[in-house]
Amino acid sequence: MAPKDKRDEIRETEISETGHTYENRQEIYYNDNVGGRAVFVDSKEQYGPDEPYNDQVYLPEKDKGKAPVLEVKGLGIDFGGLTAVDNFNLTLGRTEIGGLIGPNGAGKTTIFNMLTKVYEPTRGEIFFDGKSTKGMTTVDINKAGMARTFQNIRLFDKLTVEENIKVALHHTTDYGLISGMFHTPKYRHEEFRIRKEAMKYLKIFGMTKTADYRAGSLPYGAQRRLEIMRALATKPKLLLLDEPAAGMNPSETSELMETIKEIRDRFQIAIFLIEHDMNLVMNICEGIVVLNYGRVIAKGSASEIQSNPKVIEAYLGKSRGKMEEEEKNEDIEEALSKGKLESAASGKPDAGSSGKEVG
Amino acid sequence: MADRILNLKSIGSRGLKNAVKGNEYRREASISYGILIIGYILLSLGAATGLIGHNLQGQFVPICVYVSLAVSLNLVVGISGELSLGHAGFMAVGAFSGIVMERMLLAHMSFEPAVMILSMLFGACMAAIAGFIIGIPILGLRGDYLAIVTLAFGEIIRNFMNVLYFGLDENGHLKFAFNHTIEGIENSQRIITGAIGATGTKTISTFNWGLLLCIFTVFVVLNMKNSKQGRAIMAIRDNRIAAESIGLDVRKYKLMAFVVSAALAGMAGCLFGLNYSTLVPLKFNFNTSVLILVFVVLGGVGNIWGCIIAATVLTILPEAFRQFADYRMLTYAIVLILVMICTYNPTIKARVTAIWNRINPFKKKGGDKPKKKKTGKEAA
Repeated sequence: MAPKDKRDEIRETEISETGHTYENRQEIYYNDNVGGRAVFVDSKEQYGPDEPYNDQVYLPEKDKGKAPVLEVKGLGIDFGGLTAVDNFNLTLGRTEIGGLIGPNGAGKTTIFNMLTKVYEPTRGEIFFDGKSTKGMTTVDINKAGMARTFQNIRLFDKLTVEENIKVALHHTTDYGLISGMFHTPKYRHEEFRIRKEAMKYLKIFGMTKTADYRAGSLPYGAQRRLEIMRALATKPKLLLLDEPAAGMNPSETSELMETIKEIRDRFQIAIFLIEHDMNLVMNICEGIVVLNYGRVIAKGSASEIQSNPKVIEAYLGKSRGKMEEEEKNEDIEEALSKGKLESAASGKPDAGSSGKEVG
Repeated sequence: MADRILNLKSIGSRGLKNAVKGNEYRREASISYGILIIGYILLSLGAATGLIGHNLQGQFVPICVYVSLAVSLNLVVGISGELSLGHAGFMAVGAFSGIVMERMLLAHMSFEPAVMILSMLFGACMAAIAGFIIGIPILGLRGDYLAIVTLAFGEIIRNFMNVLYFGLDENGHLKFAFNHTIEGIENSQRIITGAIGATGTKTISTFNWGLLLCIFTVFVVLNMKNSKQGRAIMAIRDNRIAAESIGLDVRKYKLMAFVVSAALAGMAGCLFGLNYSTLVPLKFNFNTSVLILVFVVLGGVGNIWGCIIAATVLTILPEAFRQFADYRMLTYAIVLILVMICTYNPTIKARVTAIWNRINPFKKKGGDKPKKKKTGKEAA
């Protein structure tokens, strides 16, 4: 990746001068969610050396050999001096269901917002369908084939359920302003067609009977489903779902799970979802990424994630034994940092291995 | 059936009132056209039998003009959800370009319907161009800021008319200037003379043309509301971010609503201009913009037939009670305040609705019927 801004240049020179990789020396201010204050965290210290599978392409068997639908390399964003997300890598297969989990404030929705260009990323690149999304707007992203839902439901409240889907079919509706104003035969033909198509989507979600209801008057679960339908109606290659099961009861959630699988099988698209409902994530996601303080702390299949100590730590906190152990290790860490400096002085560029020795 | 009942239960009784929206467009259209035609028949009968005085008969064309202005402004305020205070500006553009077109055409042909239609189309085109030019820079703004800027542009248009001079020379060629004299033409052939305005216009506007214009405006606005473009505009109104996320170009559709609204205002302005032999630019000041907005607010933002009634009633009333004309603006203010209280204060709104339900003669017709059925099922 070519250096993009001054920060990158500084990093590059640092690496060349000291022989340390940026990750080793990195000290990042993360947002502490609880107190809203910035906490000084050395990522290396907290999470150990970079996991080898962090940058590995994780693809389910069926998607191997096909180009991935989404490739994210070194994605990061700063808000002022605050690094919200850093070094996020992801590869998503053509028909994969991927999950993004993490504690509140980990930066999950920020990643979605960067993918859909609500925010312009500070660092890194996104390749969607093989093309870089640099310079694209939210509208372009959707036209390229990425659709999303929102954490806090964003429906067109005063339109009916059916109209909400018809709006999403906007670009496939083929008539101009004059036809729209004077309701020409072309208008009638197209409206008839998209009405049938909208009904098709409503049928998948079992909501045909609510077609004439105002979207804003629907119950919460139905609104969530309508939002997914609306995203789906733009005929995406990748569907981003931001907490699709939030506010749903267990039976609705299990229904949603089936629906998500059905969507993938029927439309043959990739789905990437943020969710707090672990039951849903572990059951339907083929690849899971765990995020904490804006960094990826684990990646892999459901079983790998469940047994990963760092994930458990991120969700439940450190065990007492481990904390005591860490206190004992403080002296050793000091020695380590001295060792680093010595290795820098002697010009050894092999900083990663010294980290591994300690770990 | 079960999931329907389930849904209705969770919507609750309050939500039910607004929940079912099926066939609303057809209903809205039939009510709107019905009101227009019934109003036309009543006013014509009144004029024929002499029940309606001469003064009020003179207001027939302005009523039609204000109705179509209110309906077209509703496209911006109600359907696009942006407050525009410069509607009189587009009306002025339509009026003066229509007058110029009429004078030019009358020099060559005497078939009035053709002159009328061509003038109106020309007025609409010019107003659309004005709307487009103004719309491009300002539609990035939202809410209050947009209202302020449209107000300013409305005034700019009016002041521009104040220094505009149009005239015909001996060969029937059009000349225009921005100063006091136009070279080579006689005084009598001037069409527009700056702040004095348009003089010597042949008044070819009639009540029939007014009705046609109203029907046309309502037709266009209602059709647009129920089309791909209208849905996009309403979607952007309801949720801008979601609209972008499904690939709708926000600026394009806001501009579309603005330009169509301006074009329709231009047509109405043309009808208005061709109704008076003398027309001063001062007529199209801020007060007129506010007046149109008052029609829209009183009739209900987004409600087409409501603003038809509001425009008609509020044009007839001051004329019918001419002796109280001094209190006209005072009455407006009081009525506006009352409407706002009755619409936006939940307690008073509930009381007014209760009273209305008690005296409503159409209680068991229309929208109430299906709701009752459902609640019956819900109870069972």
